[in-house]
Amino acid sequence: MTTLAKSFQSNKTNLIPYLVAGYPSKQVTIDLIHLLSEEGVTAIELGVPFSDPVADGPIIQQAAEKALANGVTLADVFSIAQTVREQGNHIPLILFSYYNPLLSYGLNQVARDAAKAGFAGFIVPDLPFEESDELRNQLDQLNMDLVPLVAPTSKERVAKIASTAKGFVYCVSSLGTTGVRQSFASNLDAFLQQVRSNSPVPIAVGFGVSRASQVQELQKKADGVIVGSALVKQVMELEQGLCKKEEKQKSLEQIRVFVKGLLS
Amino acid sequence: MTKSNGRFGSFGGRFVPETLMNAVLELEKGFEAILDDPTFEIEMRDLLVNYSGRPTPLTFAKRLTEYAGGAEIYLKREDLNHTGAHKINNTIGQALLAKRMGKRKLIAETGAGQHGVASATIAALLGMECKVYMGEEDVRRQAQNVFRMELLGAEVISVTSGSRTLKDATNEAMRAWVAAVEDSFYLIGSAVGPHPYPQMVKYFQRVIGDEARAQMLERTGSLPTDVVACVGGGSNAIGMFTAFIDDQAVKIHGVEAAGKGLDTKEHAASLSIGRPGVLHGSYSYMLHDEHGQIIPAHSISAGLDYPGVGPEHAHLKEIGRVRYTAVTDEEAMEAVKQLCELEGIIPAIESAHALSEAIRLASNGSAAEKILVCLSGRGDKDMETIRAYFQGGI
Repeated sequence: MTTLAKSFQSNKTNLIPYLVAGYPSKQVTIDLIHLLSEEGVTAIELGVPFSDPVADGPIIQQAAEKALANGVTLADVFSIAQTVREQGNHIPLILFSYYNPLLSYGLNQVARDAAKAGFAGFIVPDLPFEESDELRNQLDQLNMDLVPLVAPTSKERVAKIASTAKGFVYCVSSLGTTGVRQSFASNLDAFLQQVRSNSPVPIAVGFGVSRASQVQELQKKADGVIVGSALVKQVMELEQGLCKKEEKQKSLEQIRVFVKGLLS
Repeated sequence: MTKSNGRFGSFGGRFVPETLMNAVLELEKGFEAILDDPTFEIEMRDLLVNYSGRPTPLTFAKRLTEYAGGAEIYLKREDLNHTGAHKINNTIGQALLAKRMGKRKLIAETGAGQHGVASATIAALLGMECKVYMGEEDVRRQAQNVFRMELLGAEVISVTSGSRTLKDATNEAMRAWVAAVEDSFYLIGSAVGPHPYPQMVKYFQRVIGDEARAQMLERTGSLPTDVVACVGGGSNAIGMFTAFIDDQAVKIHGVEAAGKGLDTKEHAASLSIGRPGVLHGSYSYMLHDEHGQIIPAHSISAGLDYPGVGPEHAHLKEIGRVRYTAVTDEEAMEAVKQLCELEGIIPAIESAHALSEAIRLASNGSAAEKILVCLSGRGDKDMETIRAYFQGGI
């Protein structure tokens, strides 16, 4: 069993938070990774900022734009992970990246550097199953998982995608981009059931999860719940405080309250 | 090229979120079904002829030929289509396909507004709903086209993300498609995007080259020596080139926008300066930095102002069948003036890029040679830009 699949067994919260790496700064990302680990999350997705994130809604787009304006690169994301490891934190990390930054870095090189930085897996939102062999082969050799996504529109594709999954299966809760929303696909239960019956690994659900009630509802239906935009929004609201030495601790504690709130 | 993975050599493919995969597979099936269905051809032909006014003429540019002083220059008059450009060929085809697939809501992206206007036009004709995504910057620059689209009953959505131009309008149109994939059809405006779009747009645009090739043979008794078209995403070019690809003696030239010069950062020459990567669903040449972040393009012509290019052009470059070159804003504007003054035709600035290269080739050629240029659109939409440029504004 891989690191990622294992993390679901030992974990109590089954929460998988997403952070835009390098937003609002590399140091704050490191601080947030430690904070989330302390709260007992299953794994953390580190989003590589990209200029044209077609699967993301406005919140993550804005955060990514700011990170890019600060000059954050894939190499910086690896150095963030490496620093976290050197500080003795072994929380499973997942590299969330669009395909083009990976291609530009070189798939072989990106796999080696990610392994060295201690990543357990990759999520590539614009790389569908049919185009994924090359990257999957590179990751396989270094014992990292390419976590596949399935959507309510995947239908007969679910069997093919879920049955070969490693790590976990990322179930998209509803149509549209990432972002806070009120409700999920009407056929969500049947969809998650379909994924589960085909998957040899845990299943996690994400897109649009922002409230404790949603987390609780989804935890009953899936092995893990992914929270992205709602957390990034908190970081955005506290951006100024997080970047000021004297206010940082207080702002981090406010984020801790938010994370605890999601789990209460 | 195989149908199943949509590759042109190593280029193309399908790099879209999983949410869209069944939609592009369904589209591929729908597209393959019309290829085998003569009734579709009849329906499409009827609109191309009786609505858009095809076949478009082939004009011998006599005074421009004399001016260049070498080879003969012939113009394929796509500017004489309904709505003023080749864009309508593609929107007629895709909208008829959408109708067959039972989708009555169209989503489109637009830069200058030509594809948006062509989409709004066909939506009105077929009684469909149409939403057009347009960068806020372009909405401001092309206010008249926004009004046109609205007059035709379309909803224009101003996109405020990223650089607020065509690239971002395309991102937003794709996001809208992801959200409404079950009942909406994404009517893409160029030979770009995930498979089957590049093949499909070529299929709907190849009428340009098929007509022009027959017209050249009929009028002059032989094929042209050279064929020239401008390349942004590359739909008019692939539509023109396809008929001549197997004519090995015919030299083919694709002309990108060199903007303020290829030695500056302000150009849109994906094939000349860029390198391969993945943007908007396919693997092709594009403008991006060493980290794979997309670099906004620049051209005085909004229709060429795009950092990517259709994957088949990447393949044609790679195998050396087409020569790709680039023409600056200044050279294109000079060609606008020449065509106005010598032929009484106001070209779109996009098309003027092809004209500029054609004039250069003609002046180096002999009287026995013939150069065929795709005059992809008319310049009415560019009046403000042209006026400002020649009055020293830009």
